[in-house]
This record gives sequence, C-alpha cells and structure tokens, in this order.
Amino acid sequence: MTRIDQKFAALKASGKKAFVSYIMAGDPDVETSLAVMKGLPGAGVDIIEIGLPFTDPMADGPTIQLAGQRALEGGMTLDKTLAMVTDFRKGDDTTPIVMMGYYNPIYSRGVDLFLSQAKAAGIDGLIIVDLPPEEDDELCIPAQKAGLNFIRLATPTTDDKRLPKVLQNTSGFVYYVSITGITGAAAPEAADVAPEVARIKARTDLPVIVGFGITTPEAAEAIAGIADGCVVGSAIVKDIGEGKPVAEVLARVAALAAGAHRG
Amino acid sequence: MAEDGLNSYMTGPDEAGRFGIFGGRFVSETLMPLILELEERYEFAKTDPSFWAEMDDLWKHYVGRPSPLYYAERLTKHLGGAKIYLKRDELNHTGAHKINNVLGQIILARRMGKTRIIAETGAGQHGVATATVCAKFGLKCVVYMGAHDVERQAPNVFRMRLLGAEVVPVTSGRGTLKDAMNDALRDWVTNVRDTFYCIGTVAGPAPYPAMVRDFQSIIGKETRWQLAEQEGDGRLPDTVIAAIGGGSNAMGLFYPFLDDPSVNIIGVEAGGKGVDDRMEHCASLTGGRPGVLHGNRTYLLQDNDGQILEGFSISAGLDYPGIGPEHAWLHDTGRAQYVSITDKEALEAFQLSCALEGIIPALEPSHALAHVMKIAPTLPADHIIVMNMCGRGDKDIFTVAKHLGFDMKI
Repeated sequence: MTRIDQKFAALKASGKKAFVSYIMAGDPDVETSLAVMKGLPGAGVDIIEIGLPFTDPMADGPTIQLAGQRALEGGMTLDKTLAMVTDFRKGDDTTPIVMMGYYNPIYSRGVDLFLSQAKAAGIDGLIIVDLPPEEDDELCIPAQKAGLNFIRLATPTTDDKRLPKVLQNTSGFVYYVSITGITGAAAPEAADVAPEVARIKARTDLPVIVGFGITTPEAAEAIAGIADGCVVGSAIVKDIGEGKPVAEVLARVAALAAGAHRG
Repeated sequence: MAEDGLNSYMTGPDEAGRFGIFGGRFVSETLMPLILELEERYEFAKTDPSFWAEMDDLWKHYVGRPSPLYYAERLTKHLGGAKIYLKRDELNHTGAHKINNVLGQIILARRMGKTRIIAETGAGQHGVATATVCAKFGLKCVVYMGAHDVERQAPNVFRMRLLGAEVVPVTSGRGTLKDAMNDALRDWVTNVRDTFYCIGTVAGPAPYPAMVRDFQSIIGKETRWQLAEQEGDGRLPDTVIAAIGGGSNAMGLFYPFLDDPSVNIIGVEAGGKGVDDRMEHCASLTGGRPGVLHGNRTYLLQDNDGQILEGFSISAGLDYPGIGPEHAWLHDTGRAQYVSITDKEALEAFQLSCALEGIIPALEPSHALAHVMKIAPTLPADHIIVMNMCGRGDKDIFTVAKHLGFDMKI
C-alpha cells in the first residue's frame, strides 16, 4: 500500500472526502514553494500534487503555464524538484505526494533512474498528462513495478468503450477531468459531472477525484459531494503568481479544503 | 530491398503509430479518442476511390498539379557537375507545397462533419494554405501564430485575414511556432466536438505523420514519372534533396523512393548561425537528441533536463525544435542522410537561383539548394539530382533585403 492507498482508506473510515491541491515546484522559487508545500497538510490538504515544470505544458491554461515559466526562469530542475520532496518528507512522512507533469523531463533522465530517485525522495504517485494508456509500456508499467501509483486522467471524451482501457493500469485514484479543456478554464457544474463519476465508479473500486476549473470553496464542496474528492490547482497557483504571502495562500487553501470536506 | 531484415522502408508506421522507436501517440486522454477516430476515418478514406478522385480533381484544377519537373540548365552548367532538376512545388496555388496536405486534411474534415478548422503556422505558409482551402469550402478557420512570427511575417498575416481566417497571435511561452502548436492543441482539447486540427507537417501524434506524408507524397510520385518522361523509362534520380523544418516537403519527395536503394536521400536542416554549443540553429537531427513533444517521440533540441530549446534560423518555416518522427527513423536506420546549412549559405543559394534560373526561392528550399551547390560539382555529369523547390520567395524578400543591407523603404 502506498501513502495514497492508506490515505483513502483513512478518509473512507472517517467518511470524509479528499482534498487534493496542486502547486508548481519552484514557483516562484524553491524557498517559497517549499514553505507553501510544508503548510498544505496543516491547511487541510489530503494529497499534494507537485508540478514538475516543463517548457511546453500543452494541457495547461495560462496560470499554470506562467507558473512553470517562473519556476524554470528561477532555475528549477528535476533534481531540485526531487530535493524539495526529500526536504518535505523530513517533517511529514504520511501526506501522499503525486508528481504531475509531462513525459519529456522524465524520459530525458531515463525512466529507471527517475523511478528510483522519485521513490527515494518520497513520491507516491505520478500523473503524466501526455502518457495515455496506449503508451503504458513507457512509464506506467515500470512505475507500478517500482511501487509508485500511476494515476490516470479520465475525461468527458473517454467513452464507455474506452473506459476499461483507461482504468486497466490505473492505481491510487482516478482523476476525472471535469471539462474538455485546459486547466484553470471554465467551471464544471456538479450536476453535469455526477453521472460521469457514477459511470466511472461503476467500473472501478478506485476513488474518483474530480479536477479542472474548481476555484471556490462552494464549487469544491459541490464537486467533492458527488465524487470521492476534488482537486484545486490554478486558483492556488494564481495567488502564488500574484506574490501573495505564504500565510495568505494557505488561508485560501484552508477555505477550499474546508469546502471539499463539507462535500 | 532494404537492409537488416527490413523488407521495406515504406510499411511504417506500425500499429502503435511508431517508426522504430519514434512517433507514437503522446497526447492527453481528452484527445486520445479523437486521434483514434481520425486514424480510423483516414484509414478508410485512404482506400476510398471517391476520396482520391476528389483530391485529384482539386489538385489539378485548384492547386495546378502536377507541378513541373524542371531541368535547371544554367545552374547545372554553373556548378559543373551533376545534372540538376528542380521540382517546382513553389508554383502551386498559395506558393508552396503546404496546400497538398491541407486539401487532404480538409476533405477528410468535411467527411467527418467537422465545421471548424484550426492550424498552427510559423512562416505563415501553412496558415495561408489552410485559410485558402477553408475559404473555398466555407469553413471557419482559426490560425495560431507566434506573436514574434506575426510581426516578422506581416504580409502572410494580412493574406490569412483577407481569406477570412482569424489569426490568433500566441504570446504563451516565447511566442514562436512550437508555442503556436501548444495553443492549437489547447484549442483542440477545448473544442473537441466540432473542431479539426489541420497540422502542417509530418509531426504530431499518429496518424498525422503518416497522413501528412501520404498527402505530400504526390511530390515524389510525380517526380518518378516526370523524370522517366524526360530521361527515359526507368531512370530514377541518383540523389533527391529537400529542406527540413518539420519535414513534410522532404517526406513527400523521399517517400516514393525509400525502397529504391540506388537513390541517395538527403535532408537539409537549418544550421542557423552554425550547429555548435551556442545552439543558434534548428538542426534537430544533427544537434538534438530523442525526446517527446507534441504527441510524438523524435529528435528534439533540448537541454540536459529535457526542457525544450528554441530553434534559430533565418527561415521562419524551419524554426521548429523538432522533426517528423519518420525522418528520425530514416536517420537512425541510415536510409537517409541529414546535413545542415547555415543562414549565410542559404542566402548565397537564394541569390544564385534568382540570378541563374529566374526563380526567387523561399528561404527554406534555399537551404536545400545550398547543399546542391556543395555536392553537384563533385558528381559526374550523368548523376541526376532532384531538389524540391518547395516554396517561392515572395514572403522572404523583406528578410533577405535586410540581410543584404538593401533599404526597402519607398
């Protein structure tokens, strides 16, 4: 069992929904993003997604693109991202960490080397946007063998015929992308998302977490209410991008987490 | 035919959309069902005679195909070696080879019931071709173009707008061709149901590399029969040469000759200011290494951490940090040879073509011509080179004037 599996077991036992938050590693610098990261569990975050910056984030909207650019301009690298996780783990050995990003920096490092480094740093799962099930041999299968969860995105275009393929090698949880679009775009309606979550849950025992477009505590509550939890990314990254102090960023996170936990 | 257990170089890609390790389908899940549907519909269209009948009719009456295969006599005499033919794809409607592919994709889009076409463009040639065919069929057209390119290719921006297209200047990233492609993909992921993404080169997720190659292969197919007509039955070129950004005009010329071992195949990348550590070039094969970007694995310009680098070239059409996956495979198998030409060499070739043949070439094929200038003098008179003159230079005269120190202000 990974920390992710343990977390969901605990949430289930207490009847709570999961709140997952995303920040970009190294945005705007390592010090600030590490300070935010360390404060996330205290603000109510159940699972941390940490973005690995990439020059060409094709599935992301402007907010997360700019965060990646800031991080890269600040000299962020894969090694420094892993070091951030290592540092975080010194004070927290239970909060699950999922690395989210694109395949090329990992492919460039070499899959086997990356997996051993990620595991050693204390990463529990991976979400790699540009690796659909058709490319499972690249990283998904090796990651599972290395003891990391490989979390797949399911989307409104994933029809019933395709869904089993998407779920097949997924572990940890299923990330349902609430809209056809990029991160930080239009907000989803809980009523529209509910049947989609039910459709996925009919075919898997894994928790289904919904993300993309959720920006307010009310939306977090509504979406978490019809799923096993929700993800907020751009709304938090936007605050960081505007240079808000860490405490203020964490206050927003706490409000969002409280919303999700009411769901 | 082919070496090392390969029966043919022309059977790719495989079921996984791969050419060897290159290619594939590295896209987000939202797009995955779309590209699988596209592949299915394309596989069907490919064997449908009515599809090709429609293509042939438009190629002939709208584009002006076949494009001539022209014996460049003065160039041949000047260089004093191999006999040089130019495949005149710059005479196509819209002034480049791009329209060969656009027609194919848009006929397919219409058959799929798509009503909105999006495209990325660098120099603007693919954007102009897409806007043109959309105007002809009454389709909505949105072209993504790096803000930097919008500025340096103003005439093409105006052309696209005249043709009714919406041109969206892309400011994300560094505002270049690769960023335009990112934004086109973001648009597609958002508007999946009514939108068709018309990719301009032999890159992107499968089926694009093979589909674009198939549409561009008309260049090589015509070359085969045209050369036989002029040089006698069965006469094949000894060398075929083309410039490469993403590599669509080159793939179009090369593909029908892949299984003819007597034909040397040479791709010419943009060497910018020189292929060295300064990385001021776009020579993905000679100066890059394998990576994954824009849906496919191929050679990419990237740093040690797998971050993508910007290309640099005098030619906006070659200014892309990647290359089509089939070229990456042809490079690794050794079937084709890839070289690079600097901005300076391309400018010299540009001027030579104007002076000796009365053809103002685009800066892209000027790179290919520069390599012809290097090898032709070393080859015998019975050696036939076919070079793809894939675009005309009207769009480049401002750039060239600037580099030659000529003041264009009236």
